[in-house]
Amino acid sequence: MAYVAVKGGERAIDNAHAWLAADRRGDPAVPDLGLAQIREQLGRAIDRVMAEGSLYDRDLAALAIKQSQGDLIEAAFLLRAYRTTLPRFAHSEPVDTAAMAVRRRVSAVFKDLPGGQVLGPTYDYTHRLLDFTLAAGTAPPAPATAPATGAPMQRVNDFLRHEGLIEPDAPADATPGDITRQPLTFPAPRDVRLQALARGDEGFLLGLGYSTQRGYGGNHPFAGEIRVGEVTVEIEPAELGFAIDIGEITLTECQMVNQFKGSKTQPPQFTRGYGLAFGHAERKTMSMALVDRAMRAEELGEDVTAPAQNVEFVLYHSDNIEGTGFVEHLKLPHYVDFQSELETIRRMRAEADAGKEAAE
Amino acid sequence: MTPHPDTAIAARQSWMAVLARAEANDMAQLLADLPPLPDPVILRGPEVGLVMVRGRIGGGGGPFNLGEMTVTRCTLRAGATVGHASIAGRVPERAILAARIDAGLQDPTLHDSLHTAVIAPLAARQLAARAESAAKAAATRVEFFTLQTMRT
Repeated sequence: MAYVAVKGGERAIDNAHAWLAADRRGDPAVPDLGLAQIREQLGRAIDRVMAEGSLYDRDLAALAIKQSQGDLIEAAFLLRAYRTTLPRFAHSEPVDTAAMAVRRRVSAVFKDLPGGQVLGPTYDYTHRLLDFTLAAGTAPPAPATAPATGAPMQRVNDFLRHEGLIEPDAPADATPGDITRQPLTFPAPRDVRLQALARGDEGFLLGLGYSTQRGYGGNHPFAGEIRVGEVTVEIEPAELGFAIDIGEITLTECQMVNQFKGSKTQPPQFTRGYGLAFGHAERKTMSMALVDRAMRAEELGEDVTAPAQNVEFVLYHSDNIEGTGFVEHLKLPHYVDFQSELETIRRMRAEADAGKEAAE
Repeated sequence: MTPHPDTAIAARQSWMAVLARAEANDMAQLLADLPPLPDPVILRGPEVGLVMVRGRIGGGGGPFNLGEMTVTRCTLRAGATVGHASIAGRVPERAILAARIDAGLQDPTLHDSLHTAVIAPLAARQLAARAESAAKAAATRVEFFTLQTMRT
């Protein structure tokens, strides 16, 4: 793959970008969109850009969405580029999702789990009818409140674990791999796979997750638990020598529970796929958990036959920034490449014609 | 967070957590009623950088890197003490104020008044905001009725 630099387009490029800026602004008679409006009113777009941009900062995500005219992959790209300008101060202690300030928590496997089913602010059970009162800008009623118990919400896997019927977590404190620092290599361990999935394209993961449900590497999943809420982030600055709490971020976690018939070393039990992402991102984390479980096929002694089980295929294609870069680079000048291909085709055509004439 | 066994450090962790969540305006307003804090000598920052947020595989297994977040840190000396702040977001003003208050709280002559006038009200507001969110969540808790109950 090669393309040559083409000189002489500077004026055209400058003019194109100036037009883009005016086009982005739209009709000047309509008020300019404020970043606070994007941050507060387009929350799910913010969440997606932060997850796929792999950078949690709601204000930067709002700016990226405005700058990209709502093209969320372009916006994620802007965040990825921005992060390269900043030094990394620290890594956090692993966040404790069991201690999450839960706004939403549902389980499709246990009706009466401790802490209960909490719907939170959800689109589930809405009728998907366009709401014209929003077009009119009507203020919503205040949300209802009820006394909160304040009891911690046990994760559903901790609850099931007592019977020994579900695969337990294997606590460990090894330093995890980091694909922002070391290139992806195979076989990729599960920590690296989860990092790649957490920043992976939601649409790609949705398609792959869906494919497992339709029989391509299926493993009979149940949504064991989905929870959305705020977790505190702690770091240990070297100058202090003790951990401090630097604030909160919103996360979505999905525990997918899968039937498993057992192997030579393990009894029949439920195994799990795991999804965790920045923001309120249920579709993303559910898809991630399905694909995480599918990629464990080899580890669990299952046949690897489907795309979602193929770790290399999934991880090499899940990143939409890399994907868009390679697909969209086809737009850039390939004049010399194409010229040489053209010569080749002409020569082959001439040879084919000559061969035909000789045969006649 | 598990509190540090050293009670002085545990107390500092607790006020730093409150300051990490406080808006600059709120801190400035609460400080307005007190004698001015000693002038700070900035030792580092405020500077914006990244923290790599880690999760655990399955929620309780080995760590993995989830993604980065922006953070602002500032270290300064005020009087005899050194204050520090590391706060989520790109918030230099908040980081300076939080570090100044952190330095003040470590000074025994300033600690009590700062704690009463600044930390306690900030903590109360933060607690109220969390309680409000929890109360909204509680209102969306599903109450199941069995069919048997429906029939009788």
